[in-house]
Amino acid sequence: MIAELTKNERQGALIILLALAITGLAMAAGGRGDPFGVHGALVLVVAIAGIFAVIGGYYAPEPSPDRLDSYYDSPTKFGIIAAMVWAVIGMAVGDWVAWLLAYPEWTFDAAWASFGRLRPVHTSGVIFGFGGNALIATSFYVMQRTSRARLPDQLTPWFVLFGYNLFCVIAATGYLMGVTQSKEYAEPEWYADIWLVIVWVTYFVLYLRTLNRRKEPHIYVSNWYYLAFILVVAMLHIVNNLAVPISWGSAKSYSLFSGVQDAMTEWWYGHNAVAFFLTSGFLGMLYYYMPKRAGRPIYSYRMSIISFWGITFFYMWAGSHHLHYTALPQWVQSLGMTFSVMLLVPSWVSAGNALMTLNGAWHKVRDDAVLRFMMVAAVFYGLSTFEGSFMAIRPVNSLSHYTDWTVGHVHAGALGWVAMITFGAIYASVPWLWKRNGMYSAKLVEAHFWLALSGTIIYVFAMWNSGIIQGLMWRTYNESGTLAYSFVDSLVAMHPYYIARAVGGVFFLLGAVIGFYNIWMTIRTAAQDEAAHTTADRPVIEPAVGAPALQPGE
Amino acid sequence: MFGFHYRLERKTIGLVLGIIGVASIGGFVEIAPLFTIHQTVEDAPDMRVYTPLELAGRNIYIREGCYACHSQMIRTLRDEVERYGPYSLAVESKYDHPMLWGSKRTGPDLARLGEKYSDDWHVAHLINPRAVVPESVMPAYAFLARTELRTDDLSKHLKAQRDVGVPYTDDMIANAAADAYGQAAPDSPAADGVTKRYGKATTVRAFDGKPNDLTEMDALVAYLQILGRLTDAAHKPVATAEKKP
Repeated sequence: MIAELTKNERQGALIILLALAITGLAMAAGGRGDPFGVHGALVLVVAIAGIFAVIGGYYAPEPSPDRLDSYYDSPTKFGIIAAMVWAVIGMAVGDWVAWLLAYPEWTFDAAWASFGRLRPVHTSGVIFGFGGNALIATSFYVMQRTSRARLPDQLTPWFVLFGYNLFCVIAATGYLMGVTQSKEYAEPEWYADIWLVIVWVTYFVLYLRTLNRRKEPHIYVSNWYYLAFILVVAMLHIVNNLAVPISWGSAKSYSLFSGVQDAMTEWWYGHNAVAFFLTSGFLGMLYYYMPKRAGRPIYSYRMSIISFWGITFFYMWAGSHHLHYTALPQWVQSLGMTFSVMLLVPSWVSAGNALMTLNGAWHKVRDDAVLRFMMVAAVFYGLSTFEGSFMAIRPVNSLSHYTDWTVGHVHAGALGWVAMITFGAIYASVPWLWKRNGMYSAKLVEAHFWLALSGTIIYVFAMWNSGIIQGLMWRTYNESGTLAYSFVDSLVAMHPYYIARAVGGVFFLLGAVIGFYNIWMTIRTAAQDEAAHTTADRPVIEPAVGAPALQPGE
Repeated sequence: MFGFHYRLERKTIGLVLGIIGVASIGGFVEIAPLFTIHQTVEDAPDMRVYTPLELAGRNIYIREGCYACHSQMIRTLRDEVERYGPYSLAVESKYDHPMLWGSKRTGPDLARLGEKYSDDWHVAHLINPRAVVPESVMPAYAFLARTELRTDDLSKHLKAQRDVGVPYTDDMIANAAADAYGQAAPDSPAADGVTKRYGKATTVRAFDGKPNDLTEMDALVAYLQILGRLTDAAHKPVATAEKKP
């Protein structure tokens, strides 16, 4: 990896790592006796390891100028492996905490092992670790191909990926030590948040630099979505995480906002993390990998435009549907509900556009589990966006809110849509990236597909049942006009569904482990004839080729 | 429209500005007015701030992720009001940085938990929830009773709270650590300072049953016992609570 960097880039890497080491040392010294100091030590160790790695390869010969005739894919390879590692960790922790809800004694008498500290390790692990790495890795791959431009340098993509993973590690280890802001899906504390801003701005600038080198006049639709993902996540992250630390040597901070304003800001963030992290980014993925794998152009250019701007505009209003019947002023609730319902239009235009793209390639969906992953993802995208709009309607929300129905809805989206499209994209990219003819085992891809699908269905059905039963029990009155069930009655009724949910989780986790093994074995098998793969996949305009297959059909 | 887009998508900066513009509107319209419209938060002149011990307890509640399973927001629905008490008002969380309204009730709502159960019940329940509620799926927090509460940085906590808008006085900030100790040691000289600074109604008790040790259990129970009791606004008739000054 160091050998791929130029001399200047190796020096740049050393300077960055040295600055990081000094920061880590200052944090460790200033934060003694506080988790902040532990994270300082962690940063210091990581930076020193990095310095040794760069020095170890410092005198390796410089990369040849030939490299500029090909795409730079090493960061994508790293990102895909990191995504799979986080998938296994995040899903394993998630399934463990799912079992804890059925059998609360299955843990240790230690603070780090309780449900409350492990849950964010699961949510951040799968959303940011698995999802984020997959998004960054595929965005590097897609923006180079659709722009016919190599990444502008070799150092920046590595900074983005390593920096991002450092953020993920700080977040996850922080939760185990009790470091959290308590803002859901924005739990990391102020110093981790500042670091993420630095990484994210670098990512954005890298994206713009690559786009500016493009040899295609038009920016392909995938890049619109990746751009919206990068930009809006930055906006959300910065505003929602505004906070005052109690000192420069402590992990603890207090949010700038309080009460109702904080609630609205948090769910403006929370719902649009769903929109721009878990939807826009992955739609970018879908718009590239699905047409490529199916060998069909995107069904409609106009539908792509409508759904892109519709999603970007409508989603930002929808967050207040998380606060129906609360102390939030009713006009904000009504706006949130209205826009959530309207959001169904661009969402279904997207899902429809994806499924219509498969017209003429349905025989491939039947035979190819990789394409089937993507097809099922589009179906679940359509289902969960419908469910989301439905649950945002105030009277429906009065039943569903605070119950497992919400958890089921989130997982229909997270497992059925986000994870499925990611697995599809990863299975498609791995043979392209490592120049293989296909995955190590097509049968294992097939096994993963069926495990993932059955796990998702078991999970979602269990949570629909438990959520609706819970909601109904809470509001049931007996003949004398008093509440019929105590809270504990509703809790007891959940037990069988909590077991079923945890079993569904085991299926899904098992699928991911098989996927990891399959990817690992694909990488380990001997390389094929490289020349056969590299001739077409280069940022060089060849008049005969053009790129009609990638351009939106009109 | 599509012709315009055909040209727009050839310009990186055009796309970037378009995304920022289109994505900013919703948040701006929904969030900015909440800071300026007076009716957003009711008036409650009797509202007091958290004592240092309660604030420390609140931070333990945050640290352990209690908000993932317990809401602190009673909705304006008949069954919720009958189950948990008067629906929550915005003013009740106006000093909550951040708010802990929650999003999921794996356990019951806690907005009006204060003084509903005894300290002994809370301590027994936190040490082993299944000892008092056999069906419970809540994790055990026995370690809180054996962990000493960190008080040396409480002044910094109150100072940062004041920086974000909570009206702590210099006196409160200077005596934060002593007040935390005094609130859990009713017979100590430090106890008087707590009622002097935070009001006569402030609960001063050995929350974990051991007046000599200041543990994390003291802090968390003190916090749980103040939930819903910082102001009486929610218990007054609606017309009074929402009347403008």
